[in-house]
Amino acid sequence: MANSGDKKNILGRIAETQVVKSIFRTGVPRSRRQRMMIILNDVFLHLHPARLPVSGVKLKYTWCMGGLSFFIFLVLTVTGILLMFYYRPTVEYAYGDMIDLREQVPLGIMREIHRWGAHLMVISVWLHMFRVFMTGAYKPPREFNWVVGVILLVLTMLLSFTGYLLPWDQLAIWAITVGSNMAGATPFAGALGPGSSLLALGDVNFITPSSDARFALLGGRFVGEGALLRFYVLHCIGLPFIIMIFMSVHFWRVRKDGGISTPL
Amino acid sequence: MEAFKDFVNHVTRPRVLFPLLLVFTVLMFPPNEILFKINKKLRLYKLWTRMGGIIFFSLMIAFFAFGLTDPNFKKIVTKPDNVPIVGLLFLVNFFLWVSMKQAYENDARMDEGKESSEAGDAKEKVLVWPDLVYIEFISLILCTILLMVWSILLKAPLEEPANPTVSPNPSKAPWYFLGLQEMLVYFDPWLAGVVFPTVIILGLMAIPYLDSNKKGRGYYSFKERKMAISIFVTLWLLFWIFLITVGTFLRGPNWNFFGPFEYWDVNKLEVLTNVNLSEYFYMIWFKRQVPQNIILRELPGFFLMVSYFGILPPLLAKTLFRNIFKNLGAFRYSVFVVLLLIAASLPMKMFLRWAFNIKYIIAIPEFFFNI
Ligand code: HEM
Repeated sequence: MANSGDKKNILGRIAETQVVKSIFRTGVPRSRRQRMMIILNDVFLHLHPARLPVSGVKLKYTWCMGGLSFFIFLVLTVTGILLMFYYRPTVEYAYGDMIDLREQVPLGIMREIHRWGAHLMVISVWLHMFRVFMTGAYKPPREFNWVVGVILLVLTMLLSFTGYLLPWDQLAIWAITVGSNMAGATPFAGALGPGSSLLALGDVNFITPSSDARFALLGGRFVGEGALLRFYVLHCIGLPFIIMIFMSVHFWRVRKDGGISTPL
Repeated sequence: MEAFKDFVNHVTRPRVLFPLLLVFTVLMFPPNEILFKINKKLRLYKLWTRMGGIIFFSLMIAFFAFGLTDPNFKKIVTKPDNVPIVGLLFLVNFFLWVSMKQAYENDARMDEGKESSEAGDAKEKVLVWPDLVYIEFISLILCTILLMVWSILLKAPLEEPANPTVSPNPSKAPWYFLGLQEMLVYFDPWLAGVVFPTVIILGLMAIPYLDSNKKGRGYYSFKERKMAISIFVTLWLLFWIFLITVGTFLRGPNWNFFGPFEYWDVNKLEVLTNVNLSEYFYMIWFKRQVPQNIILRELPGFFLMVSYFGILPPLLAKTLFRNIFKNLGAFRYSVFVVLLLIAASLPMKMFLRWAFNIKYIIAIPEFFFNI
């Protein structure tokens, strides 16, 4: 019984209320059993196993890089949604909305967090891959999760690439122009790629600047209105959707492959 | 000071720095016993100690601190979108050091017949709440603080509004693709921009299936996986991080090279007198006209490519890679060697360019097919 001698602070009391108990079924995780239950009962914490070998929780082993990649992804999702309130993906408005974000929005560092966070995520994913390599964690039975990881790596860079266009300034359109020109050189599928002139019926070429891989990417013959919309949709909906699917698989497999890697 | 800057400007030219770094990296991460012995003799492994790390990072910091006193250096390095790449350089080297230090410590333990420190740790289990959740929470807070401070201090760049008629000089891809853009110096877009990225992705995916070494899972170790680490780290450091660094900091107008302390002069001229292999072959060696017939004209190039990808692999299987061939079997060995040869084609082409001004080995511009 809570009498005056039993020193229960205010937090402790709040934790005993019906409301809090209904949310966190386990109660304050004091006992060993409760600490296991809190992991098992919570949908988010349940990404973890309840117990791990000591090597797996050490910072010097994982550098927490995979976890940080995921966390930065969440930060980017939140800031991205906030940016979507202000940003309109048209040639007419996009640039002006960028200026407004800087000058009109109070405490406007959303764009900064989103941009630097994007850079940071690319870096942290690379470092995570490097850690996985250096610990040989891709070896059986985790081969396939490494493959899933490579897909995540590509998706991360594509997300960053599609976002790069959206400010619609000189930096943006010319970076995307340089990048997407490569698509025009795809063998067979790009108008300037080797072999594309072979795909012709008599005089009619199938692969022209208006019907090649680059055109499909940009929705036009150069980086313009079509490209902006395409990149916007991919950046805000298409790629996040796909990367979340692959992340789910990735996390699932970390668990199913026996948890974090340990020596045999 | 000026002499030092001139020296750095000179040494950072890709044709000087790349070969130097290549030799250095292979010695730092020796793929076989012989090079491992040389590494030991030269005491290069000392870098992977606390002292080595302190010295290395002090030098690195000193270099950047000194560089910032130079207006040209400062201008490039503090460009908002370039700041993350400075961070990248420090982070990559830091984590390289962290992993190699642990690897050498583990190797030393295992030499004494003890187990790796991870193996010791793995015997005991701890509860995720609070042990792991706590670490994650702290990392997450630190990461948030880092992002906030960075965002307050450094404004996201916004240049002039997009103008399709005025292209900036140089036009650069986003930084993480600058390694590929740098390869454009040596290869046509269909290779540098399409084939290589595809090969990189497929090659990465293939790693677990090509590394047949059962040892070295779940702990840091170098000795047990010399070859694997050597290949991966060389490709990662030199062919990716280094090329990004060159593309970001050292490529100015017209994609010309500029040393870190050099002014980006739009009018800098670089004499390009590159010739194709066919011209070399027919005009310089045989002193006659280049043939009209495409096949005949490109015969030397075709011959070279066929020997490179057709004759070299079996040759290597009999010699240098005898053990790998035995372990992997014919099919996986072929995949491994072809990937490796494609990767090696980059330094080869660089060398041919620098030493002989070779532009293309096979040049069929009629079909946009240039190698
Ligand atoms: C969006 C990108 C990614 C996210 C959010 C992510 C997340 C994670 C997390 C949270 C873990 C748990 C262990 C740790 O933190 O190190 C993990 C493990 C792993 N990741 Fe990733 N990852 C990503 C990309 C990659 C990439 C690019 C690769 C490799 C090419 C990769 C391969 C692996 C493997 C093999 C494991 C198991 C490691 C072990 O058991 O030691 N992941 N990942």
